[in-house]
Amino acid sequence: MTETTRAWLLSDAPQTRRQARMGALYQGWLTFRANRLAMVGLAILILLVLVAAFAPWIAPQNPYAQNLAERLKPPSAQHWLGTDALGRDILSRLIHGSRVTLFIVGTVALIAPVIGLFVGTVAGFAGGWVDQVLMRITDIFLAFPKLILALAFVAALGPGIGNAVLALAVTSWPPYARLARAETLTIRNADYIAAARLQGAGPLRLLIGHIWPLCVSSLIVRVALDMAGIILSAAGLGFLGLGAQPPMPEWGAMISDGRTYILDFWWVAAMPGMAIFIVSLAFNLLGDGLRDVLDPKGGRE
Amino acid sequence: MSPLLSVRNLRVDFPTRSGMFEAVRGVGFDLGRERLGVVGESGSGKTMAGRAILGLVRPPGKVTAERMELGGESILNLPESRMRRLRGSRISMVMQDPKFSLNPVMTVGRQIMEGYRLHTGESRAAARDKALEMLRAVQIRDPERVFDAYPHEVSGGMGQRIMIAMMLAPDPEILIADEPTSALDVSVRNEVLRILDRLVGARGMGLIFISHDLNLVAQFCDRVLIMYAGRVVEELPARDLHAARHPYTQGLLNSLPRLDRPVERLAVLRRQQGWRDAPPEGAA
Amino acid sequence: MVQPDMTGQPGRGTPPPAGGVPSARAARLRRRARSLGGLVLSLALTLLGLLLVTFVIGRVMPIDPVLKVVGERATQAQYEAARIAMGLDKPLWQQFLLYMGEVLRGDFGRSISTGHPVAQDLRRVFPATVELASLGTLIGVCVGVPLGVVAAARRGGWIDQIARVVALVGYSMPIFWLGLMGLLLFYGILGWVGGPGRQGIIYDGMVPTVTGLILVDSLIAGDWAAFRDAFSHIVLPASLLGYFSLAYISRMTRSFMLEQLSAEYVVTARVKGLSERRVIWGHAFRNILVPLITVIALSFGSLLEGSVLTEIVFSWPGIGQYITKALLAGDMNAVLGGTVVVGTCFVALNLLSDILYRLLDPRAK
Repeated sequence: MTETTRAWLLSDAPQTRRQARMGALYQGWLTFRANRLAMVGLAILILLVLVAAFAPWIAPQNPYAQNLAERLKPPSAQHWLGTDALGRDILSRLIHGSRVTLFIVGTVALIAPVIGLFVGTVAGFAGGWVDQVLMRITDIFLAFPKLILALAFVAALGPGIGNAVLALAVTSWPPYARLARAETLTIRNADYIAAARLQGAGPLRLLIGHIWPLCVSSLIVRVALDMAGIILSAAGLGFLGLGAQPPMPEWGAMISDGRTYILDFWWVAAMPGMAIFIVSLAFNLLGDGLRDVLDPKGGRE
Repeated sequence: MSPLLSVRNLRVDFPTRSGMFEAVRGVGFDLGRERLGVVGESGSGKTMAGRAILGLVRPPGKVTAERMELGGESILNLPESRMRRLRGSRISMVMQDPKFSLNPVMTVGRQIMEGYRLHTGESRAAARDKALEMLRAVQIRDPERVFDAYPHEVSGGMGQRIMIAMMLAPDPEILIADEPTSALDVSVRNEVLRILDRLVGARGMGLIFISHDLNLVAQFCDRVLIMYAGRVVEELPARDLHAARHPYTQGLLNSLPRLDRPVERLAVLRRQQGWRDAPPEGAA
Repeated sequence: MVQPDMTGQPGRGTPPPAGGVPSARAARLRRRARSLGGLVLSLALTLLGLLLVTFVIGRVMPIDPVLKVVGERATQAQYEAARIAMGLDKPLWQQFLLYMGEVLRGDFGRSISTGHPVAQDLRRVFPATVELASLGTLIGVCVGVPLGVVAAARRGGWIDQIARVVALVGYSMPIFWLGLMGLLLFYGILGWVGGPGRQGIIYDGMVPTVTGLILVDSLIAGDWAAFRDAFSHIVLPASLLGYFSLAYISRMTRSFMLEQLSAEYVVTARVKGLSERRVIWGHAFRNILVPLITVIALSFGSLLEGSVLTEIVFSWPGIGQYITKALLAGDMNAVLGGTVVVGTCFVALNLLSDILYRLLDPRAK
């Protein structure tokens, strides 16, 4: 970056709205960059996305190709992470599995906060009985043990990756709704909302134009911090056989496959577990860093 | 008579990302059995100077001084265990807002007894008597009930009187009062001040009264230190305040409205770089 | 975070009335009792919702409950008779009322896979889960709370760094995988602990059931060998759950403590000349006790749930394993019964922590 761009970004007196916004983003990036662990998390996640995108070209072997002669082989030069009970290359399956993981996490992280944002802001903005009813529903969902509710949903809808995503989304929106409601309550009576109202803005316009944008940043932080939890829950469903179905290379299901052989062929279960651990650790590191940038007062700590 | 407290060239430094921040830069004074006012705007280092005397500057803050003596003995950077024995029993402090400075989950009585028992080793019963006596001394009408009350159940003015009772219970020689009335309603300020004045006077204590309110200090104290940017810029008897020579003090005085001398527009204080480092006016 | 949301309680945080000394302690208690009434009501509503959701899930299931009872080869007449006997011909709202009545009477129907009434099965499996989760929470509290307090008191010090890593790893580790690796290491390789299951085969059914908690029952019976055996089986899964619990509890404790340590009353305590230990434990810690109770209750609740995966890994005959097996077998009565019980525990824990909050915090209205 040239010195002039930098100066333009860091200017105390931005000339345009765009400059101010870009400047704020750049400041945030500088804060984020100073957090070395968060950068490590970001790097791992970028790597994950690249691996997922180019999986067929990176994977040394076909993740579905069975070779019973080569079954349960320990890590070696030919199979870096060993082979599973059907002689499939574990590394290749992990690489292809990153697509499944990203799909699940991405979809849940899109659906749940949107439901939560909608429910929470409507409840907080409307108040009265609407608030009462919506929050009571939220409480009911919160009272359910999340994983068991997800299990029941998947059982009702039938196992499969799509239903697993749906179940996770349905069980993880309530905290977002509470957060969005709390934010809405604090800004509902702000002067600029009153000003917008005086200018004739209707409730829908206030909600979409003024309240949603303000709730988004705290929701993003919360989502970033929840990503790891979503990965772990998804892997848990896979482990129980209720997520992605075989032969899809889902990491949780791979651990479940390896469980039978754990005492003699440890790598079959160990490798996918490491993958899950590294990715959710990366999300946690990233989430911590993002929180410092977007929410300096600190949400979790 | 030797002073109760003698401080020379006190400095408090905090390392920050952009170099050392010098919160207090060479403050010196002697305190006898008197009421010494310390006046300055926020950020002038007056609170930090008070905390440095009590040894309450937490790392990474650093306290240095040429001399910091309590009754002739140095208390500069004493080991924490020895400093603890002085704190509360010989020097004490009353802070700004009783809403925050009283522990919300402990009854008033327990909080008063705690420090007293620690320093005197008295029995629970004796401590209870003392606490009730102190509550009466700060003119609380129903001490038995207040004794069992929690801090959120008492008003601000009452809270500050409780705070005074608590800090004076172990009979300290010096009390640092850091903006003790700023958080209170105007109506109860005078009452709290009167109680403070009476108790401090009757016990022959030294009082360091930290405030940003020049008029208040002029009425209430014997002697005034004016602080600016971590330094004492002027020191003078409270009754001579109107004759202050330092331009900062004059500026502060002129920026206050006066009923006896109305002006069209109040003067605005103009700060000068030179004040930061010039030697103090008046007797040092 | 895998842990539940912190704000699960309704009606919190109303500021205390300002000014004046109120009459006495009695008045305080009376006011609290009245607000508890509203709380119980709102929790009853939540429980009702819980039943409604389980009922709906039960009806949505692509499994025909009648077919499960009468078998594939039943005639049409037999099928209809069973359908009417099960009340499935009635309108949905009547079915729900019937269902509610049964649940309130503690009747969850008969489990198809075990052949016993579900309530009887639950009485058997629930204590196993409670035993595991209690021990896990105990470990989490005994290690997590001091760790969090010390980490906050020595912020940035080496204990703080360790606490940070411990929590980060705890938040990122798949529990079932760590369990498998633990089994591999401590059972498979080192042989330090008992293997999967709750007891060794030779001790199975040897200890008379009193509480259903084998550790307690074997102590009551004075059977040391059985106690040792049960302990060697529970220690690994309980430590595992304890680790996740302590990751959460230590983080929350730390952040509560940091907030309190920057409060003015802490300076007051130091001005009084109190020792640092007394400032931290006697003043700051007392202020976090109440929120901490909520955290511990929530953590216990999440362990009841989190034990699903752990129980599978360790073949622990608890409620999590029971529900999962029933799910895979399409045994809907068992699934719903188990879900209702766990959900009720969640609600009860929330209620308990709220009651404690109102009783212990002098500022609670």
